[in-house]
Amino acid sequence: MKFFRSHVLVSVDPQCLEMGAHEIVDALNDELVSWGLIDEIQVLETSRLGDPTRFGPDLVVYPENVHYANLSVDDIPYLVEEQFLKGRVVEKFVAKETIVTDDELGAPKAKEVRIVLRNCGKIDPHNIEEYIAEDGYQALANALTSMTPEQVIDEVMRSGLRGRGGAGFPAARKWQLCRQVPDNPKYLTCNADEGDPGAFMNRRVLESDPHSVVEGMILAAYAIGASMGYVYCRAEYPIAVANLNVAIEQAREFGFLGNNIFGTDFSFDLEVRMGAGAFVCGEETALIASIEGRRGEPRPRPPFPAVKGVWGKPTNNNNVETYAVVPQILLHGADWYSAMGTEKSKGTKTFAIAGDVVNTGLIEVPFGLSLRDVIFDVGGGIKDGKKFKAIQTGGPMGGCLVEEHLDLPLDYEALTAAGSMMGSGGLIIMDDETCMVDIARFFMEFTQEESCGKCTPCRVGTRRILDILEKICNGKGTLADIDRLEMLCEEVAKNSLCGLGQGAPNPVVSTLKHFREEYIAHVVEKRCPAKVCRALIRYEITASTCTGCTVCARNCPVEAISGERRQVHTIDAKTCIRCGICAQVCNFNAISVESG
Amino acid sequence: MPAIKSLEDLKKIREAALQKRDIKTTNARVQIVIGMGTPGIAAGARDTLKEFLSIIEEQGLTDVTVRQTGNFGLDSMEPVVQVIIEDNAPVTYGKVTPYAARQIMEQHILNGAVLQAHVIPS
Repeated sequence: MKFFRSHVLVSVDPQCLEMGAHEIVDALNDELVSWGLIDEIQVLETSRLGDPTRFGPDLVVYPENVHYANLSVDDIPYLVEEQFLKGRVVEKFVAKETIVTDDELGAPKAKEVRIVLRNCGKIDPHNIEEYIAEDGYQALANALTSMTPEQVIDEVMRSGLRGRGGAGFPAARKWQLCRQVPDNPKYLTCNADEGDPGAFMNRRVLESDPHSVVEGMILAAYAIGASMGYVYCRAEYPIAVANLNVAIEQAREFGFLGNNIFGTDFSFDLEVRMGAGAFVCGEETALIASIEGRRGEPRPRPPFPAVKGVWGKPTNNNNVETYAVVPQILLHGADWYSAMGTEKSKGTKTFAIAGDVVNTGLIEVPFGLSLRDVIFDVGGGIKDGKKFKAIQTGGPMGGCLVEEHLDLPLDYEALTAAGSMMGSGGLIIMDDETCMVDIARFFMEFTQEESCGKCTPCRVGTRRILDILEKICNGKGTLADIDRLEMLCEEVAKNSLCGLGQGAPNPVVSTLKHFREEYIAHVVEKRCPAKVCRALIRYEITASTCTGCTVCARNCPVEAISGERRQVHTIDAKTCIRCGICAQVCNFNAISVESG
Repeated sequence: MPAIKSLEDLKKIREAALQKRDIKTTNARVQIVIGMGTPGIAAGARDTLKEFLSIIEEQGLTDVTVRQTGNFGLDSMEPVVQVIIEDNAPVTYGKVTPYAARQIMEQHILNGAVLQAHVIPS
């Protein structure tokens, strides 16, 4: 093989081409020939290197790994003479890189297995060639040239893949149902309306490895016989939308999308639809309504989307993660995938860990790992050496689990049996300084705000539940309120139209089940055991440790603290708004929080 | 970019993509750095460089990179070449004619024996 001492990769992204990338390639070759360097230096064309709107026509020189940006043809003679003849970096053309650190996703931790997140942070999401180098589109090529749609469904069926959106319905079963409906055309939708507070696994996949989702959707479309697909992504994810659009454009260019893919008679195209960020649009019927341009409200099922979905035609809807894993299953085989996980939950699942844990961020673990492993091994344990109190799984529609559940294996059935759910994979970990009534109030505030208002149980019910919780947090609750809360929760869960209302009471029900004594303390003793609810706490100055330095009095925003210099200070409880600033600024830890 | 129509097309693209990735991630065992300042070029550094390249090609070596740099500041010793093998301290050679380049390649880089006659003591 010919040896080149240096390689030049020139971006021939469509936007760079428009700005003259080909002219630059020609100029480079001409200059290299005239200096007699053409046998030593190879000029290669590549997909996009950086954002063309920032870096213009650009190129990278290896082995030095220097990125030259915003070049024009006139710059080339000087660049070639300096860089390639004299071996000097031409600083004035070097791209000004911004340093990016990755807080969301570090190196894989022990017990992690990365399949969905395997390419995140490793490949350039803007460069389809890097995805192809990682066996990208190989599964698609194999499936289209040597498998029937039924065989694709069979393989995914055998892998045991279940929908990652939350309910865990077998993905291939859903595809089969949609395929069997005798109506055409068929549509495919991808639910990228990730709305759970603190969850961002789907955003990360769309931003860092959009081609895996695109390839997964093409495979699903082939299996179902769909001709058009929509990715429904929220507008709060502008980078995800931008990267996805770049990926779709590149896939079209390479012939993976469009007519007669791989020379077969299968044709499919994709489009991104942006949502305005309504939580309810993650519900499939509301999502479909929003894609059609109607108000994002759910409707009763049946008919299920598999029969009547987008534009009244059969539609298959899956989550980002479900699609992203499909190419891997077809590439490595169903047996490889089903070897991971538990009996009924196969493979791996991504989770976003948040809250009072040392390593917050994204993880991907095989099903069957215990909650204890996830919190203490992968998550690194509770922050600041505090004690574990509870974990909320499944987002605001899920429930909280406690110490006794820590050895439960993570799988769909085990979490449901324990009164919570898998959901899309948000895990919020709480330490012993968390008030569970306050947490229930927080989640209820979220669902109440996100209720679309179409059905009465959810619209009115969530508002009333929130009212009662606020009353309890304000120290005005009674025992009868707790009974009313339980009744309301039951009615709302039973009678609401969609998953939002049906799941909304879960945090209240599960905290009432595991932390009833905290509710009782709030209503009977007017005491918040975790010392969180403002109406039930007071700040006190310990006389023996107070030095009378006046720093608390000077920082109090409402002038509730009085006392002479070098004398013990006192807080006037009537004026105090319990903001906690005094406790923060005290240098002697003389201010404590009391309740009851 | 013509659309990919077959497995073979995809394979070709994949191989090209892998090659480009290798270029980006190559971790060469041996680095040869050649001084390409004006005195270096005047003393024939280009010929030395070409000799190194042709030996690499003849022997099909994959773990060697050849880089250029500016003037080493040793004008009377030009062409100056530095050889860095793995984490060892760089060895600087002076008056590296194409003939000397071949000797450095054969004795030092391939067999680990520093060519003392051409070494510039640091």
